[in-house]
Formats: sequence, C-alpha cells, structure tokens
Amino acid sequence: MARRSAPEVNAGSMADIAFLLLIFFLVTTTIETDSGISRKLPPPQEENIEPPILKQKNIFVVELNKNNDLLVEEAPMELKDLREAAIKFLDNGGGQGVEACTFCQGAKDPSSSDNPTKAVISLRNNRETNYSAYIAVQNELVAAYTTLRNREANRLFGKSFEQMEKDLKDVNYAGNKESLKEDIKQIQFMFPEKLSEAEPKK
Amino acid sequence: MSKFKKKKSGDLPAISTASLPDIVFMLLFFFMVATVMRQNTLMIENKLPTADQIEKLDKKDLVMYIYAGKPSSRYRASAGSEARIQLNDKFADVSEVKAFILAERASKREELVPFLTTALKVDGDTNMGLVGDIKKELRDVQALKINYTTRTGSAMDNFN
Repeated sequence: MARRSAPEVNAGSMADIAFLLLIFFLVTTTIETDSGISRKLPPPQEENIEPPILKQKNIFVVELNKNNDLLVEEAPMELKDLREAAIKFLDNGGGQGVEACTFCQGAKDPSSSDNPTKAVISLRNNRETNYSAYIAVQNELVAAYTTLRNREANRLFGKSFEQMEKDLKDVNYAGNKESLKEDIKQIQFMFPEKLSEAEPKK
Repeated sequence: MSKFKKKKSGDLPAISTASLPDIVFMLLFFFMVATVMRQNTLMIENKLPTADQIEKLDKKDLVMYIYAGKPSSRYRASAGSEARIQLNDKFADVSEVKAFILAERASKREELVPFLTTALKVDGDTNMGLVGDIKKELRDVQALKINYTTRTGSAMDNFN
C-alpha cells in the first residue's frame, strides 16, 4: 500500500492556548516580599531571677510612646537623628583600664557608655504604639550597628561587614570560609547587638 | 522588455504572525518561573512597613508565616474591625500561636527544626500590643528566630 503522508496539524490556535495560560499566570502572580529585619528573641526567663546590674551610663533608653513619639534618654528626638545618636553612644568608649575600648573613635565621654561590648540599647514601647513606627526604630538601631561593624571590618579586613556576610553565603566564594567565619565572629564580638526590649506597658 | 517588469500589487503584504506563539511562550515561561503561588489567602489588610536594613529569607520551606492586621472589608462584619491574627487561612487567637508553631515543627524533618524562622507579616497600622503578645507566645515555645517582613524603602516613610 502506498504510504500517505500525515496531514499537517494546524498550529494556528497555539497562540490562543499560550495566551490563555499567560493570562492565567499573570493573574495569579504575586511577587512575594520575603525579606525583612531578622531578629532573635531572648529565651523565656525563669520567674524570680535577679536582673543583672548594669551601670546607668551603659544603657541607652529608646522609648516609643502611644502617640508614636520617639523619646531618647527621656528627651524627644526626630527619627532621622536616632541613628547618629545610637552610633555616638555605642562608639563612645569612655571606659578606663580593663574596660577601655581600643578601637572606638567616639568622644570618650565618661558619662556615656564604657565599651561597645557593655553598651545596651533598651527599647521600650507602649501597647498602643504603631507597628510601623516600631519597625522604623528597629531599622535605625540595626543600621547603627551595621555602620559600626562595617567601619571596623573595613579597617581590619579591608571589606565591609555586609560584604563578608554575603561572601559567607556565596557558594562561589574563592577564599577560605573558615577564616571568614572567624573574622565575622570577631567583628560581632566587638559590636555585639545588645538590644533589650521591655514588655510593653499597658 | 515587459519580461523584466515586476508584478506590482497595490496592497501591502500581510505581516507574518508565525512567531507570535514564540513570543507569547517566552512571556508565559517568564511568568511561570517568577510565580510564587500564595500559600494563604489573606483575610486581613497587609500593608507592610518599609525598612532598609533587610535580610532575605532564602529557604522558603523553613519559614512559618504569621499574619496580623485589621480584617479586610469582606470579613469586617463577622470578624470586627480590631486587628486580628491569621494563621493558615483562618483567624486565630493569640493562644493558638503555640499550637500552630508546634504543628509546623511536627510537619518538618527533625534535623531542620532548629533552622525554622517565623516571619511576622504584620500590617503597619497594628498596635504593638498584639505584636508583643505574639512575641511572648513565640518565646514560650522557643521559636526565637523571627523576621519582621518589610518592604524595601526608607524607614522614614513609616511616619507618614
């Protein structure tokens, strides 16, 4: 029997089918935001534990009241000045003897913090405080730590702290990851993120 | 001479649409790859605040999502206008957060449990009281790694 060639399939409607699928995916797509400020919560505490005694000058009180007003050390402050103030406090290095800070570039004011390793930022908020105001303050405080860490990382290792963390995650990083990890730890030890949050007041 | 005269037709030749499917397929593949199917249908308003000190959450399967905000207009009649928590497609009470975390942990492989992160997707207009309550519950179940999900932008915008 003579072989008959198969008739060609009409591909004219392929575009229609593809459009249909395209419109479906266009409608269902939501570009999800999956980035944000990472934080670590303190572990739950036993009931009757004495809080450690801290020198008053090593505590930097940041308070957000129920009208979303920012109070730093009981004085009102604009949000844009907070980063600067936090850096000034952390980098002060007013300690003497064992508590002296060798790498601080601050004013060495004896009435401000002794050492970045001792300095604690205490964030207090009210139950009525707005979440977005709280995030803005968190953001500025994290930024203060990042700025200082970047400065020290640049001085010691010739690249910023953010770059070091990026390199650690990068699979194609050419250098030694173990020593990089140690370097990151060293910077984190110099400027530990000591951000304490009080339970919101009623 | 007339042998070399070209046949001239007045109308323009039709544009070939043969490559149209290729173009459409290209777009289709882009959207198929870029699409992330939403796991939860949001029943609340969720306008996230902005921040610029952000880290990316890269392991999507190791993230637990807790949503909070005012119920959206469809649910306002039944759920009220106060900010609520949403866990897995339904409104929940603060006391249900613990059970949710434990259930999420049980569904993951044991060696992955320490890497679980809780992403708080909270509407910017929510009061800190609710967020504080959630954080207290999370502390109680030792879910200490959290991430305040935000949009990228200047933190100053939050005060407007």
